[in-house]
Amino acid sequence: MESLKPSSVLIIGSGPIVIGQAAEFDYAGTQACKAMREEGVRSILVNSNPATIMTDLDIADAVYIEPLTVPVLERVIARERPEGLLPTLGGQTGLNLAVELSKAGILEKYGVRLLGTPLDAIRRAEDRELFREMLAKLGEPVLESEICHTVEECVAAAEKIGLPVVVRPAFTLGGTGGGMAFTMDQLRAVAASGLAASPISQVLVEKNLLGWKEIEYEVMRDSAGNCITICNMENMDPMGVHTGDSIVVAPSQTLSDKDYQMLRSAALRIISELGIEGGCNVQFSLAPRKDVCDWRGDPDAPLPYYVIEVNPRVSRSSALASKATGYPIARVAAKIACGRTLDEIPNAVTRKTTAAFEPALDYVVVKIPRWPFDKFALGDRTLGTQMKATGEVMAIDRTFEAALNKAVRSLEFGGRSLLWERPEWREAAEIPVHATDERLWALMAALRRGEDILELSRRSRGVDPWFLERLQNIIRMERRLLEEPLHPELLREAKRMGFSDEMVGQLADRLPEQIRALRHEWGIRPVYKMVDTCAAEFDAETPYFYSTYEQENEAVPEEGRAALVVGSGPIRIGQGIEFDYASVHAAWALQDAGLRAIMVNSNPETVSTDFDTSDRLYFEPLDEEAIRDILENEGEGPSGIPPSIVQFGGQTAINEAGPLRRAGLPIIGSDADAIDIAEDRRRFERFLQDLGIPQPPGAAITTLEEAMKTAQQIGYPVLVRPSYVLGGRAMEIVQNATELVTFVGAAAEVAAGRPILIDKFLEGAEVEVDAICDGERVLVPGIMEHIERAGVHSGDSMAVYPPVHLDEEEKAVIVEYTRRIVLGMGAIGLTNIQYVVLPRRPGEAPRVFVLEVNPRASRTVPFLSKVTGVPMVQLAVGAMLGRKLADQGYPDGLWPERSLYAVKAPVFSMSKLTGVDTYLGPEMKSTGEVMGIDRNFEAALAKALIAADMALPPKASILLSISDRTKADALPLIHQLAEAGYRLYATEGTSRMIAALGLPVTTVTKVLSGGHPNVVDVIMDGTVQCVINTPEGRMTGSLRDGFHIRRAAAERRIPCFTSIDTARAAIQALARPTDYDVATVREYLGAD
Amino acid sequence: MSDAWLVLADGSAYRGRAAGALGRADGEVVFNTSMTGYQEMLTDPSYAGQLLVLTYPLIGNYGVDERVEESARIQPSGLIVRQATDQPSHLRSHQTLREYLEARGVVAIDGVDTRAVTRRIRHHGVMLGTITTNESPEQALARVRDLPGYDEVNWVASVTTQRVYDWSIPLGEGRYRIALLDGGVKRNIMRLLERRGCAVRVFPAGTPARDILALHPDGVCLSPGPGDPRLLDHMVREVRQLIGRVPVFGICLGHQVAARALGAGTFKLPFGHRGGNHPVKDLVSGRVTITAQNHGYAVDPDGLEAGAFVSHVNLNDGTVEGIASRTDPLMTIQYHSEACPGPLDNEYIFDRFIEMMAAVKGGVR
Repeated sequence: MESLKPSSVLIIGSGPIVIGQAAEFDYAGTQACKAMREEGVRSILVNSNPATIMTDLDIADAVYIEPLTVPVLERVIARERPEGLLPTLGGQTGLNLAVELSKAGILEKYGVRLLGTPLDAIRRAEDRELFREMLAKLGEPVLESEICHTVEECVAAAEKIGLPVVVRPAFTLGGTGGGMAFTMDQLRAVAASGLAASPISQVLVEKNLLGWKEIEYEVMRDSAGNCITICNMENMDPMGVHTGDSIVVAPSQTLSDKDYQMLRSAALRIISELGIEGGCNVQFSLAPRKDVCDWRGDPDAPLPYYVIEVNPRVSRSSALASKATGYPIARVAAKIACGRTLDEIPNAVTRKTTAAFEPALDYVVVKIPRWPFDKFALGDRTLGTQMKATGEVMAIDRTFEAALNKAVRSLEFGGRSLLWERPEWREAAEIPVHATDERLWALMAALRRGEDILELSRRSRGVDPWFLERLQNIIRMERRLLEEPLHPELLREAKRMGFSDEMVGQLADRLPEQIRALRHEWGIRPVYKMVDTCAAEFDAETPYFYSTYEQENEAVPEEGRAALVVGSGPIRIGQGIEFDYASVHAAWALQDAGLRAIMVNSNPETVSTDFDTSDRLYFEPLDEEAIRDILENEGEGPSGIPPSIVQFGGQTAINEAGPLRRAGLPIIGSDADAIDIAEDRRRFERFLQDLGIPQPPGAAITTLEEAMKTAQQIGYPVLVRPSYVLGGRAMEIVQNATELVTFVGAAAEVAAGRPILIDKFLEGAEVEVDAICDGERVLVPGIMEHIERAGVHSGDSMAVYPPVHLDEEEKAVIVEYTRRIVLGMGAIGLTNIQYVVLPRRPGEAPRVFVLEVNPRASRTVPFLSKVTGVPMVQLAVGAMLGRKLADQGYPDGLWPERSLYAVKAPVFSMSKLTGVDTYLGPEMKSTGEVMGIDRNFEAALAKALIAADMALPPKASILLSISDRTKADALPLIHQLAEAGYRLYATEGTSRMIAALGLPVTTVTKVLSGGHPNVVDVIMDGTVQCVINTPEGRMTGSLRDGFHIRRAAAERRIPCFTSIDTARAAIQALARPTDYDVATVREYLGAD
Repeated sequence: MSDAWLVLADGSAYRGRAAGALGRADGEVVFNTSMTGYQEMLTDPSYAGQLLVLTYPLIGNYGVDERVEESARIQPSGLIVRQATDQPSHLRSHQTLREYLEARGVVAIDGVDTRAVTRRIRHHGVMLGTITTNESPEQALARVRDLPGYDEVNWVASVTTQRVYDWSIPLGEGRYRIALLDGGVKRNIMRLLERRGCAVRVFPAGTPARDILALHPDGVCLSPGPGDPRLLDHMVREVRQLIGRVPVFGICLGHQVAARALGAGTFKLPFGHRGGNHPVKDLVSGRVTITAQNHGYAVDPDGLEAGAFVSHVNLNDGTVEGIASRTDPLMTIQYHSEACPGPLDNEYIFDRFIEMMAAVKGGVR
């Protein structure tokens, strides 16, 4: 087997975080690179996402942060000449690119061998027809379906298959126009609408498995044909909800050994037949109880099942399975690709046995998706076949009830425990339990009202009664806590079911702190059990723990100084993978400084929850109770209670600063007071005044009257936002008093009693810095300039390093302000500051205003670390531990600018979220980011746009719908487009302007009822390939008209620019679309 | 629900609640790490004389279905779990686990920190213990200290069939005629043989070789079973008479007995192998499969007579998982190719047994 081992391997990453492809592939790719290093194989990594651990300089041997396109990859291959390509660890993106490289003959041309699962197997797993053939050959059941082109064909198909059926129109997004049919009349209606919706008048009529169980198996196979199962998982949400949007439990709970082994054997037969070499995910649909959802067939025969899907690669489910079991799937898959067999790969957990075994769990794992509907209130909350979640949480405990309660806590929906109910349900005759992000709570509410379990199981279309019985157990405990006086046995039982102190307090009418005190008095404390892959059968060394209320504690504190890194929880809009990056580096920095790094996090997709990232991992909710319990457990050791670091885990971690301080627990880095200065509007104002640093005028208000008065004083436009929220939630630029009334209302709801901030909106260049302070000196690694003017959330802005429009004088002012602010606040470690720089006349002093200060690591830390070469987190942790910057070998002031340009561009997942408006504004909407890096600005910009799928196609047709406010700015752009050979389409007003310029233009009406073709038609039928649509304020008609334009563009997945500044950049980048370098980050930095 | 205690011979005590019949149950405390298959385990005769700890915490989720039983009664003397589910959900379930245990008078305890118990056994080895619903832990401990050692009891005698019987296919109608020596057989062994066209006649464990040979079987199957194989000298002697004369297939205890007959020894494992996830390498094919295991003793291959060799090994601890012979039609496996519970990866062993019989029958010796 040794001869199969390549000397060098190309690994393709998965690119930016989007819905359906998140941090799990950073975890997988990082593990793969580590595996290559262990095997002595040189690794070459390409990924466009700078916020990843895998793109760190020292994870792979050569790191390219370049757009993930075939031409770029060919250039990398030509430079590096890798012997092998590992296609199955970069999600669907990586896999698709590998297939394209092969098809284009590039692999053959350069003699690159595809490693692991062969392309033929991938094709047979992904091609619908080949897949059915393969199943038929194995005698596996195939889901009956037929392709139809007329209503009559649909009826015939349904008669053959048997009702109910699902009608799926071909080539529509999210199944638009399709649906379920339970009767032939319904079928005719659904078939007609489905055929009409399909651009090729084709629908698939498929047997309806609604109500059937959805079960997944994570399996592995090596080149010698050895097969194992890592774990199986059962979806609490039955068939019909995307598994990424389902609540998932591992292992399966309602399968007997016969069921379990039947599906396991089927999974192994399938991967053997496909010839998988590596990891693979097989999804099954299994017949439910007949009293829940009837099906045809003998109830005494083995339960019928169907094979739904096979993912011939490491997937989101593999990451979950890895964390649920402790089995390092990606690492083992990478080694299998290098020719190793399972019995040759050492088991990283026991260190004695091999990778050829199946994990045994002695706990229950619950995963709950994290959806973005808290940010997109108008988004369609219904869950279906299109995944909508941005991230997920996982919790582990010894019972389902406890794991579920902990998972809900991990969602960080401030105070929304399982006790939460939607106010509308109070009056509802029947609580809606169809699949939405709130179904879990709806099921609880229905059970609280005494609804029958079987009835509820049917009404929810198949949530198995087993799960509902568990919810009923939780409700029984709620009642006891409401009715009985609190006594030790009752409190202990509640804790064993995962009730938080807060929930117990709410029900038993006490404060959480009182419950905590009672627990201590009664000796009710959690213990920590190890995730060891083997249910304690072997002595394991995994430092991976979860809390539970049992007898024996296994997480005995160890000797030596330690610190706790509070992680960032689930990936959500506004708090992405960047914060996991920072948390991981914080753990490593602690280790470099000779401390033991203890990590706490709740997100199974991340590198931080890999058990070998830190010295000890607690997989726990990130709330006060869990963190204090961990600290108390660690405090039993000889070194006492370790200090916590809350600076790297985003708003989640920083929110724990106050509670920790109140509990008298030590924090290192900026203390809670620095955080309070930054967040308390009045203190912040006074603080800046004392330092003589200007900020846009404004005030914190609590009433509408105050708001009106403030706005009048400072003048419109004003920026309205609640204090203490992340990602600019409920933030808005308001143009007049009418709008103000509406938005103060909206913001007040989100602010929940806390003040609302109203500031003068200054339209200038937005600039952002991250600074590191050791208490005496301040290092500014770099200044980033936003491409979009202030008003677009910094997380949604394109940004460039180094700035292109600032002069030395302005930079000096920014660095000086930064120094004063950071030292003045007493911030230790990292601080992020956002400024707005207004244009100035010659001779005038720089006009720099402070917008915002965050005494914590920001989402730009990975980007800036990578493009400056400054190990920002490491320096920050060093400073927090008392080491001066100078002692760490770094000066103060602005770090010398590198001779490179790097542009960060946001990436959105708008095609996945129906009903959500895509325009850029003060509220953050992007899910991920990419980076373009090159020797000059235009090339870096072009690469960033290509990587973000926002590059303008050359000489295309473009639809323009420009607001009055931006028409002046748009004029030169329109000229440039026309000169570049673009055909212009425009809405009425914009068209008149273009015609007035004497340029040819086709008018398209934006009135959807005003005849065809309208704006939506020209986008949907492909007449135009890109859109510039700048909206007016939210309250005007243009926003509503524009909504349809923007949604259509999102669904067709074509570039749509809603900020004139982004559009300008894209047009600027047209100048040199392919004239860019391809080089490693190290080469750009000139580090070698 | 009544309080209950699990008390181990080393004095450790775990509080829980009664999850089955009330009373007391004594035995050697062993753990199994399978996540499914509690009913198959409960009816596996190899658990005779033992208290079974299931490491998976939720037991009873899919209820009880008599059709999956591996023998006619619940075999371990008691059951220890973290949470017994009283509201099962499965198409086939017609009873809860608690009802099943109560109806059969089997004592069980739930609410126990089963991981702590498991870790104790792993560190200190298997030991005697008791589940009790009507004593103090101190009283129970005093009683446990007086219990006879598990290894001193011939458990096979208590589980083997008392009379000869035929399984399903009448003797004259099978493609192969199998004599099965019942040391504590699981029904699925017979089901799998039946599915391959075998007529199976089941004999008590103490049956002399000549009685078996008088049947003119195409093959002999030595079944699994409980207890220390060193107590089975008589059986070992009789099996020695069978080897070489008729194809022999031994499973678990049957493997240990055959190994002893071939000159090997056996020894007690510190805490046994019980679960559905043990990797076994077939040294002939090089393939690794995942196996179901349930044994507290293992074969020491020292002394194996010439011609016999180790054919399978456990990848976790290198112990012997199978023996074959170059000279005689013989194959044995330590693990449970019949699964139930456990992975179905090893049914091929039954096919090999059929091939072995076919070869002998066809005169290819």
